[in-house]
Amino acid sequence: MMIEMEHVAFDYGTRPAIRDVSLVLEAGVFYGILGPNGCGKTTLVDILIRHQRPDAGIVRYQGKPLAHYHRRQIAREIALVPQHYAVNFPFTSREIILMGCYPHLSRLQFPTAEDQRRVDNIMVQTGVQEFGNRLISELSGGERQRVIFARALAQNTPVLILDEATSNLDIAHAISLLSLALDRVRQEGVTVIAVMQDINLAALFCQHLVLMKQGRVVHSGPCSETLTENNIHSIFQVRSKVYEDNYAQSRQVVFNRTSHLG
Amino acid sequence: MSVQRFFRSARFQALWLSLLLTALIVASSGMGYMHIHFFDVLKIVLAKLSGVQSLTDGVNRLFPVVITEVRLPRILTSATVGAGLALSGVVFQGILLNPLADPYTLGVSAGAALGASLALWLNISAWGMWSVPLLAFAGAALTLLAVIYLASSGSGLSSGDLILSGIIVSAILSAGVSFIKYMADEQVGVIIFWLMGSFASKTWADVWLTLAVLILGTGVSMYFSRELNVMALGSRTAASLGVDIRKVRLILLITASLVAAVCVSVSGIIGFVGLLVPHIMRTICGPDNPRLIPVSILAGACLLLAADTLTRAVLPHEIPIGVLTALIGGPFFCYIYRKRQMSGAHDD
Repeated sequence: MMIEMEHVAFDYGTRPAIRDVSLVLEAGVFYGILGPNGCGKTTLVDILIRHQRPDAGIVRYQGKPLAHYHRRQIAREIALVPQHYAVNFPFTSREIILMGCYPHLSRLQFPTAEDQRRVDNIMVQTGVQEFGNRLISELSGGERQRVIFARALAQNTPVLILDEATSNLDIAHAISLLSLALDRVRQEGVTVIAVMQDINLAALFCQHLVLMKQGRVVHSGPCSETLTENNIHSIFQVRSKVYEDNYAQSRQVVFNRTSHLG
Repeated sequence: MSVQRFFRSARFQALWLSLLLTALIVASSGMGYMHIHFFDVLKIVLAKLSGVQSLTDGVNRLFPVVITEVRLPRILTSATVGAGLALSGVVFQGILLNPLADPYTLGVSAGAALGASLALWLNISAWGMWSVPLLAFAGAALTLLAVIYLASSGSGLSSGDLILSGIIVSAILSAGVSFIKYMADEQVGVIIFWLMGSFASKTWADVWLTLAVLILGTGVSMYFSRELNVMALGSRTAASLGVDIRKVRLILLITASLVAAVCVSVSGIIGFVGLLVPHIMRTICGPDNPRLIPVSILAGACLLLAADTLTRAVLPHEIPIGVLTALIGGPFFCYIYRKRQMSGAHDD
């Protein structure tokens, strides 16, 4: 197994954010984490990249406690595409994507020709090659998000975490980026952990769903088992209809105007 | 690499700035109350460096003393202080994620001002000529500790908290300085003169002190220059790229503040260099810190040396250097800010 969380808990002062989460994530699987706002999804991600340390419990990466890894070692294993990004200085898109190579370079080493070629490829794949030399501050929100995504791919890690990475994107770009992530899962055995808001996009791409509520993992399993009307009701307090869609070739969920009334 | 890209590259900037700095040092050595010819300056410097005294045969015997004991210490101090202020400006803007931060944002100057004012008011001379700089430095360092203490919370040092704490502490210290000025009868002139900054009567000791701190600060800043880049992407992304933000931010904060504090304690308060130079250099060669830091250091040295030479040797009366940099730097800053507003480009 790739990542293992055992009885992990974390709180901000008095407010518990994560309570007793135990979870096993295997290599080469596209995971989706779903749950209402404030259910602890982002905190879970912060613990995985060791931006926060759990107050209780243990996180293991490939059998070894995450706390025993050096930060740069973790950065070579796990990459993050955050939801909120603010780039405070006028870097070019390409400069930002090249920063993804930093964890693999020593302080005196410059990115090699090989790194440059890899970055070029990623820029073509993510469709950002035409604004490589433009300043990040001049790009639209969606264009920036693609640059940030490309930066995470350039980090070239076995685990890729998407923290609501497609929330600000139009549907075409959202699908194209999630497809790129899925390609990595299928071709290179990368593990993707995607925190998502859109249940139907999650159903389309994720093989395994983790449903969270109030800091706990309530359900975890393959889409076919976890994506049910009952589970959606217990997590989000909305009524819905779940069905197998022929066009999507996956389960899909539909709501109606009074779904929120429970 | 195309010709155009070469002219914009950091290597080219560093090259011509180094040449400019050398030229400025030589030219300004010859300028002043006594005009000394360019070749005589070269002869004197060569004689000093090589130890061959016969090189200065035929040169007015006063000139070597004027150059090596009066002008060069002042010139080199102003250049290193300019470099130091620019360096701490780059670093402060990087860690505070704010292109408007400068070496004084965190109250370093207010602390130094209070320390120096105290020393001048109470006539403290326990450490001889170093009394005022020492107390200025102590004031700056204590202020920094107070600001870090105020701003620190469970989750580390956020840039917003740091800036706010700096403003609060500066306001309190400025009131203290005003009070001392009010209480100091005949010393008030001396205090005001110190606060406005000056390189007059600097010695080789000042040169070596500021140069040593500058080299140390440059080394530390360059070591963490990539981390500084990554921190511009936000703290979560920086963490995911393997940067220990809390540690790096604290180390760079202390380094930049110490460089600024030493500069202030030697020269008095000189504004705008630390704000303006990184800003200009960033628009010329980009925000990439491994390139920006060396280029800004050179530009800062050139700028402050040129300004000091202007007030020392060109203007009919010597104007305090702090006043001069604000008088030139302020309007210039307004100009580039306005130009950016008109072009619609924003950093945020």
